[in-house]
Amino acid sequence: MPSSVADTGDRMSTGVTHASRFVDELLHVLTLQDYNTNVVVVGVSALGLACGLIGSFLLLRKRALLGDAISHAMLPGIAGAFMVMSALGGSGKSLVGLLIGAAISGAAGLACILLIRHFSRIKEDAALGIILSVFFGLGVVLLTLIQQMRTASAAGLESFIYGKTASMLASDAIAILIAAVVISIACLVLFKEFTVLSFDQAYAQSQGFPVHGLDIVMTALVIAVMVIGLQAVGLILMIAMLVIPPAAARFWTDRLHRMLFCAGAIGLLSGLFGALISTLTPRMPAGAVIVLVAGAIFFVSMVFGTARGVVRRVVEHVGLARKVALQHLLRAMYELREAQADCEVTPTVLQEGRFSADALQPRRAWNGGELQQAIRLARRAGYLTPDSRGGVRLTESGANAAIHVVRNHRLWEIFLITHADIAPSHVDRDADMVEHVLDPAMIAELEAVLAKTDPALATLASPHHLPSAGGAG
Amino acid sequence: MMLHQNRPLVSDEASKPSAPEVVQRTADPVATGAEHPETAPLSMHDVTVAYHRKPVLWDVDFDAPEGHLIGIVGPNGAGKSTLLKAVLDLVPRVSGIVTIFGRPYRTQRQRVGYVPQRESVDWDFPVSALDVVTMGRYGRIGWFKPVGRADKEAAHAALDRVGMADYAKRQISQLSGGQQQRVFLARALAQEADLYLMDEPFAGVDAATEKAIIRILQELREKRRTVLVVHHDLQTVPEYFDHVVLLNMRVVAQGPTSEVFTPENLRKTYGGRLTLLEEAAHAIKRGGHG
Repeated sequence: MPSSVADTGDRMSTGVTHASRFVDELLHVLTLQDYNTNVVVVGVSALGLACGLIGSFLLLRKRALLGDAISHAMLPGIAGAFMVMSALGGSGKSLVGLLIGAAISGAAGLACILLIRHFSRIKEDAALGIILSVFFGLGVVLLTLIQQMRTASAAGLESFIYGKTASMLASDAIAILIAAVVISIACLVLFKEFTVLSFDQAYAQSQGFPVHGLDIVMTALVIAVMVIGLQAVGLILMIAMLVIPPAAARFWTDRLHRMLFCAGAIGLLSGLFGALISTLTPRMPAGAVIVLVAGAIFFVSMVFGTARGVVRRVVEHVGLARKVALQHLLRAMYELREAQADCEVTPTVLQEGRFSADALQPRRAWNGGELQQAIRLARRAGYLTPDSRGGVRLTESGANAAIHVVRNHRLWEIFLITHADIAPSHVDRDADMVEHVLDPAMIAELEAVLAKTDPALATLASPHHLPSAGGAG
Repeated sequence: MMLHQNRPLVSDEASKPSAPEVVQRTADPVATGAEHPETAPLSMHDVTVAYHRKPVLWDVDFDAPEGHLIGIVGPNGAGKSTLLKAVLDLVPRVSGIVTIFGRPYRTQRQRVGYVPQRESVDWDFPVSALDVVTMGRYGRIGWFKPVGRADKEAAHAALDRVGMADYAKRQISQLSGGQQQRVFLARALAQEADLYLMDEPFAGVDAATEKAIIRILQELREKRRTVLVVHHDLQTVPEYFDHVVLLNMRVVAQGPTSEVFTPENLRKTYGGRLTLLEEAAHAIKRGGHG
């Protein structure tokens, strides 16, 4: 086999053996001077784009494993098509014939999965595993048989397993390009229909959308993109091209149309760089390189994604923890003053109080570090000023914020007691957790509810007029 | 009457094809005696639905009066959700006819707004609240066409009606359960339908949302819309609904809440499948005498 692999490699690039020639080659490729290379790179990039688009729907419908099973089920089709075509007297290497065989056996695999699911009690994941492995096993057996046939040369068939841009002719790449563009357009034209199908199939059906027809179209598009990607990416890793770009895109956005755009772009970049790298090293399976590029983009997205990346989540969590700590501190100060002063707690009364860490410590389950950190946060926010005798005092904004926090807290407490039938002994903890996530609209709603049922409580809890957006945030 | 009481496998008994017919003939006159007005918002004639040979609804015969808030009440597994799905052609009917304003559902889709159970979808889906509500307009917009400005505005107005205008841009997983339910309601409102079918809109929502939803339902009623609500909380039935359907595989009773929502009917509805057998035994006895 190796010699024939090199033969096919020669079609794309002359053998790269010496370092100096490698550099020449690199420049040649990167400056896009080689017509064949350009066509291949463009074709594979378009493939990545189409994969990202249709893959987004595949991912959102939680059909990733189904896609994997379909692509593996394509192998016996390739081998079978080769055998049939050789038996009919051809070379057996007509790409169109092989891909038709792949599509047929992929669809047959899907049909088997659906039949197993419908007529037996075997769960979906098991059905997928069975069909994936049985079809792939059949394909391997057929390929082995082909290699033992003396009449035909089976060389190059394995490139459908791992992918090989080097064996790709310019005409192949142009066919991929056209098919990818058509698939992408189909995705965009049916965007609205695919969205409602993916989000809420029963609703789509009740609205008169032919969900089974749409499902068939969507699956057909997936099979189509796999078939055109077989040569470049190979069937084992095909699913990665469909799943990784949309999964990476999800970290950057919460909106579907942007996710599609982003997934298409990531697929395109993966195809572009994967194809470039693999044309430089003809023995390198292109599929693996493309998938690694996509994987790298996925990793970066997972960490830095602006919508739900790890960094953003950590930042948000820290922000919430600080907000909670700050509010705990302000409330403890308010309650301390409330206990000390006989009169109403006004901003002036609050500002007159001097707070030491020793006095605040028993108010909550703080360890020393947490309390000190909360005080530091409050000072940075301008809520506290240091007192000459070592403690701290509330500033005017700090006093207002403390009143605001306590009022929200008490509103919520009363709401829970009067409206939600929660045992009063459990209220305090719940109030603590929820008040930190209450938004001003909800607070206004609580006030309205309270004012209706018990105006005395509402005014009691809020003796002073406060700006409603006043900020403990 | 005591004939079958010792049998534990009541459902086997029930699945015999003859059983529903027996019950049907002798069911409470309130349940089946109504005429079928030709243009009732919803008319179900002898609808039977079965999953895998196991009947879920038996010969449901029911007309929804126009401009009423109708509660569908019954125990778990009574077929309440299935009844809505049977109307919407989401589950195949074994027999029976459903008409919406006198015509088949498939010609009347735009006049029927459906609010599925909140748990039926994945709320992590990358769409905003407004996007979900806009789906209520998709049936009108038609194939391939993008969402137009008028549809966006209608969706905005629907969100505003449920008090969620400020959350239009929010991704739906960042909404509370009650807010998600309101978004679902807004999606149906955006459709500007005449008949609304709601599957447990009060399940798992906070008290404020429940109040907001019931207020919207009452507004719909004032505009002569008809609203069918699958409901779990028996306590609030008289307060919320002027009509009620007591369902346990078949319609035990239907009619104005003040007349139908009685302890006797509730006992029949919630008494388990045994009740059906009791009545079947009654029927056999009566049949023998008559």
